[in-house]
Amino acid sequence: MNCREATRLMSEQQERELVLRERLPLKLHVMMCTGCRNFGQQMHTIRQIARTYAKNEDKDGSA
Amino acid sequence: MNKKLLSSVHGEAAPDKHPILTDPVFLTDLRKQMLKFATLQLSDGHLAEDAVQEALIGALKNANSFGGRAALKTWVFAILKNKIADVLRQKQRMVNVGSLLREDAEDEDFSALFDQKQFWHADERPSAWANPEAALHEGQFWHVFEACLDNLPEKQGRVFMMREFIELDSSEICVAVGITVSNLNVMLHRARIRLRECLENKWFLNEERAS
Ligand SMILES: [Zn+2]
Repeated sequence: MNCREATRLMSEQQERELVLRERLPLKLHVMMCTGCRNFGQQMHTIRQIARTYAKNEDKDGSA
Repeated sequence: MNKKLLSSVHGEAAPDKHPILTDPVFLTDLRKQMLKFATLQLSDGHLAEDAVQEALIGALKNANSFGGRAALKTWVFAILKNKIADVLRQKQRMVNVGSLLREDAEDEDFSALFDQKQFWHADERPSAWANPEAALHEGQFWHVFEACLDNLPEKQGRVFMMREFIELDSSEICVAVGITVSNLNVMLHRARIRLRECLENKWFLNEERAS
């Protein structure tokens, strides 16, 4: 597995559950690759950021 | 503030008005934020205006059940998101399938990010983000986030927002914009890669900001 493929799977993981034959190679790759490990965490962070943004359009602290 | 709205709000909620509804500044601000949000989603000022209007009127009918502004706001935005989702579904029926979104996402060049073997270039490798939770509480962060969203190619930005802001699921988005699931996945992947890079460069690794 290469980084491009790993990032693709980590993005899709936000949409659906990966199957075993995707999950295992991904896990192996991520164990050895800091860049993709960080990328994986950032996928969760970005979702959290987006949800926070959408729920609370009040960023100026007026409420 | 829109006069039609003000009068309808005041008219319908007249007998036991929520104190918030007598505050025109709050209402004007709220409406402005909603409009911005809806315009971003619908890319059509008129449709956005209508959605906001309907959402506000609908929400304010029940405004008395809300104790505070934050709760009211959350409620109003929830209604607005539903309206937007409705409009998008209707729009799909009126628009030629695919004319809205036929981006050939497959061909985009990733060679700036990945080397020939499709591993990260050393200087493009994602870094660890220090304390992302804290960013959520900083006003400036949200300006950066908006700027990064604006930087996305239009179509990528729209499917990303449909997915993450309105929380439509994949099949709903595919129907609404006339693309296949694999198309959608490619677009979301690209949107997330770009957004990630932008947030990292403009916020998480931005040394000017840290000093
Ligand atoms: Zn990797």
